Amino acid sequence: MSLTREIGFVLNGVRTRATVPVAMSALDMLREVVGLTGTKYACGEGECGACTIVVDGRSLCSCLLFAVDCDGRELTTIEGAERDPLGARLEQAFVDCGAVQCGFCTPGMVMQAQHWLQAHPGASRDAILRAIEGNLCRCTGYVKIVDAIERVAREAP
Amino acid sequence: MSVEHYWAPRTLDEALGHLAGGDVTILAGGTDLMPQKNAGRVRLGRGLLNLSRVDALRGVAVEKGCLRIGALATITELLAHAAVREHADVLAQACDRFASDQLRNAATIGGNVCNASPAGDTLVPLLVLDAEVELASRPNGSVATRTLPLAAFLTGPGRTARAPHELLVALRVPLRRAPAVGRFFKFGTRPALDISTISIGFAASRDGGTLRDVRLAYGAVAPVPMRSHAAEAALDGAALTDATIARAAAAAREDVRPIDDVRASAWYRRELVFNMTRRILDDVAHA
Repeated sequence: MSLTREIGFVLNGVRTRATVPVAMSALDMLREVVGLTGTKYACGEGECGACTIVVDGRSLCSCLLFAVDCDGRELTTIEGAERDPLGARLEQAFVDCGAVQCGFCTPGMVMQAQHWLQAHPGASRDAILRAIEGNLCRCTGYVKIVDAIERVAREAP
Repeated sequence: MSVEHYWAPRTLDEALGHLAGGDVTILAGGTDLMPQKNAGRVRLGRGLLNLSRVDALRGVAVEKGCLRIGALATITELLAHAAVREHADVLAQACDRFASDQLRNAATIGGNVCNASPAGDTLVPLLVLDAEVELASRPNGSVATRTLPLAAFLTGPGRTARAPHELLVALRVPLRRAPAVGRFFKFGTRPALDISTISIGFAASRDGGTLRDVRLAYGAVAPVPMRSHAAEAALDGAALTDATIARAAAAAREDVRPIDDVRASAWYRRELVFNMTRRILDDVAHA
């Protein structure tokens, strides 16, 4: 039996407690323990960004984050993105621009874009390309994803 | 055997106390530890020590003639820090080419150094900057520190001179007075999230048309990132002519000891070292 810890954190604005094995990833905790499956597992080693969440204002690959390290922190996942007006605008822009095909990369793209635009409002197209360089999409060719993020960057908030 | 203890201390003293017990795996950003654990390349010890709440390991400051970088400074924090740009521009350039935003937000410089990958992105610029590592331990109840050059700290692929009861607490980069020029170059199949096929760090001070205090380091071309003293000697005090540049690049190509692996053959790495050293120096000559 592996060692477990009970931890407490704020998840999408809700105080949450979870008991997790100490070597478990935050991604597995979200999907298997908490039951929020919007955050996707793809590469499992930080190469693809599908599991991006925001923790204390930093975007991270949740597959590389130890779940126990979430203790006392504030987490936002795709399920909570729309609580922030910027996240809601990004989600709508992804719909309006047709930035989604299979949709597997979308939660990570939205979370990363939200984190980036929060810190860099009005980011240029080139800056947006740099911002999502850790997010892979195998369907769209990225153009419509970048269009969606750029549309939000250009709009007045 | 599985993990029996998990600690997330808030003070350095506590952290060193846990470490003294032996068979402890240290966790900082987790970006190397988690995939290595999952792939079975690292076995977690009896204790898992999460350093992320030890505030004494944070921060970047200019003090006592050096830039002191706390081991927990993330790559993103280094990128954003004015003192890093000012005193360690070659490191800032390397941080800009480090993985992706998500990884830069989590990965720590202490972790990158202790992971001691031959291709570690921050190691080459730190060698160029003559960085030292500051190690702490608590042998008899009080904290003791020792400092050693990074070049002596890196002993092999994934191996360092850190004793099991020691913690890397900071990196120190000595400040230099003369105006400096610095360049970092990384060759990979794409700009983001790629492990270097080779990397090159260059720094020197400028004295009119000649270079002084030249430092050239190479990554992913030997068991540990290395300086090419032969190439440095070819450049030191010399004017940056085409002939000097070619001589230095050839010296570097002789110095490196690359291997064949999935990213490139040894022959290709040597050619890269020659051509890219020349490109960097040409760029400096015409800047």
